[in-house]
Amino acid sequence: MLALGVSALVVLAAGQSPVAALRALAVGSFGSWDSVGYTLFYATDMIFAGLAVAIAFQCGLFNIGVEGQAAIGGLGLALVCLGLDAALPVALLLPLAILGGAAGGALWGAVPGWLQARRGSHIVITTIMFNFIAASLLVYLLVNVLIEPGQMAPETRRFTAALAPLSAFGLPGHAPVNLALILALLAAFGVWLAVWRTPWGYGLRVVGANPEAARYAGIDHGQRIIVAMAISGALAAGIAVNELLGAHQKLLLNFTGGAGFTGIAVALMGRNHPAGVLAAALLFGALAQGGAELAFEMPEVPRDLVLVVQGLVILFTGALGGLLRAPLARVLAFGR
Amino acid sequence: MEGVLDLVVSILSATLRVATPLILAALAGLFAERAGVVDVGLEGKMLAGAFAAAATAAVTGSVWLGVGAAILAAGALALVHAVACVTLRGSQVVSGMAINVLAVGLTATLAMAWFRMGGQTPPLPQSARFPPLPLPGAAWIGEVPVLGRLLVSVVGGHTAPVYLAFALVPVVAFVLWRTRFGLRLRACGENPGAVDAAGISVAKLRYAGVLIAGVLCGVAGAAISTAQGAGFVTEMTAGRGFIALAALILGGWRPWPVLATCLAFGLLDAVAIRLQGVPVPGLGMAFPVQAVQALPYVLTVILLAGFVGRVTPPRAIGIPYVKER
Repeated sequence: MLALGVSALVVLAAGQSPVAALRALAVGSFGSWDSVGYTLFYATDMIFAGLAVAIAFQCGLFNIGVEGQAAIGGLGLALVCLGLDAALPVALLLPLAILGGAAGGALWGAVPGWLQARRGSHIVITTIMFNFIAASLLVYLLVNVLIEPGQMAPETRRFTAALAPLSAFGLPGHAPVNLALILALLAAFGVWLAVWRTPWGYGLRVVGANPEAARYAGIDHGQRIIVAMAISGALAAGIAVNELLGAHQKLLLNFTGGAGFTGIAVALMGRNHPAGVLAAALLFGALAQGGAELAFEMPEVPRDLVLVVQGLVILFTGALGGLLRAPLARVLAFGR
Repeated sequence: MEGVLDLVVSILSATLRVATPLILAALAGLFAERAGVVDVGLEGKMLAGAFAAAATAAVTGSVWLGVGAAILAAGALALVHAVACVTLRGSQVVSGMAINVLAVGLTATLAMAWFRMGGQTPPLPQSARFPPLPLPGAAWIGEVPVLGRLLVSVVGGHTAPVYLAFALVPVVAFVLWRTRFGLRLRACGENPGAVDAAGISVAKLRYAGVLIAGVLCGVAGAAISTAQGAGFVTEMTAGRGFIALAALILGGWRPWPVLATCLAFGLLDAVAIRLQGVPVPGLGMAFPVQAVQALPYVLTVILLAGFVGRVTPPRAIGIPYVKER
């Protein structure tokens, strides 16, 4: 709420009416079947990104590398599609492509995890570096190797396989929301099950909450870190599934569109719990779609305004948590 | 011979130009992190500085007012970081990332709203930018065959921020290692308990470190938008803040090695631009420029993994200090 308040001030500074902007946001994100579809499409990205950040947080790790893991996941997915889509039927190709993406993301997550667990290099720095390495790798491959011959744009050719759009299930409109949404909901349930309902997940949370106690209890600290980062990376690859198999049907540059960073805000707002992540992802999906509509309605307010909201949410939920807590506690103590 | 000299001169001159914002930002990170506060928000503060400098210079026509605005903008973000990290003892990395995201959003939104040019500021005329300063006596030194040419075109002819960045390295080294303030600041990053026991405020020193970092980031941003470039473009810092962070780590949180690393990264960048599209003999393909661009990041990971050498970060870095009662 505080974040929304400050954002309204920014809109005012831009010389626009915050009320009108808010109305445009709401209508833009839920006003029609099409906009609901787009909201859900963006929310799918946010669910995967939020879950990826959240499971790492549960293990006490701050994974800033979701962006890079999604990019390499997209690469793995595209390689499977480009290599096998002439040979395999779609029913077999789709799961393989999703697995290929998950494997790519898991690899890009597990390496910083391994470096943290076994070599003691700080995960925040390594995942930042891995984002840039992934971006450079993708640019190189798309410009020089995977580019469709005869084309100028650094993109691959179209895949023959695509996720059936969700609109076949009764959602009218042309929005790109697709089966990846179902996959995301399943992933959220899976994360909840694995982290809160298994002994392994309990160990994971102990490592996150108190590494000393974990070591004393004989929990393999390093193994949890590596596996948590691998799962985190595999979840990040879900962004690639949604964007590439669900919408673009080819590998292109910057397809993640910053969703990896939004994941930090989603996870923090959702208190690093799958249920919270789902709710926060819906909000940020609506913001992403509504922000695009807002930019259309009021050309002076670009969609980057959504980034301001995001940054403020991260700031208020993650770093300034004590801002309200201290005075509130004082008021409560006084009342008693 | 003349051709080779031309190439060397242009590459070396570009190296100094490209390295300038890196040096300024890395020195900024040095102050914050030596005081014990992790600063992954260098990028965002630089971006805010770049926008503030370009916007102010475009409106007022004065580049110096632009620098002042850049310092204020980056300083304001640094203040947010300091309040979150020192006073509220929040997560330093989360706060830094929030500043990065916030800066991208704010600069793009305000640029759009104030100038209506698709997220840019108007192109700055030469009078509202930093002019290149020729070396004193350039005409006379330039007469000397090879050396004179190197001196005039590589060392001379740069803008004020370039000289400022290089002059700041010994100043920072002196302040941090030869003054009482520097000793106390570094102690905050190693053993804040000892600083507190000596009756000195850890919070004040950490505020000082983070705010000095903000000022330097502002100057770095101004250098990007008013000396290298001529105006602001969205996300124009393009990861330089993170390269500076990499240089800070590779340089082991010490000013002179940090300067050397920044120069090496600058040289890599300058060479990579030159090699774009040049075929490599024996490989039968164009030179992979992206490989050179990714090199700073790869090197940092390798060093952090402890495969080559070892760096020791300040011991109390990232840990909020809780005063004992």
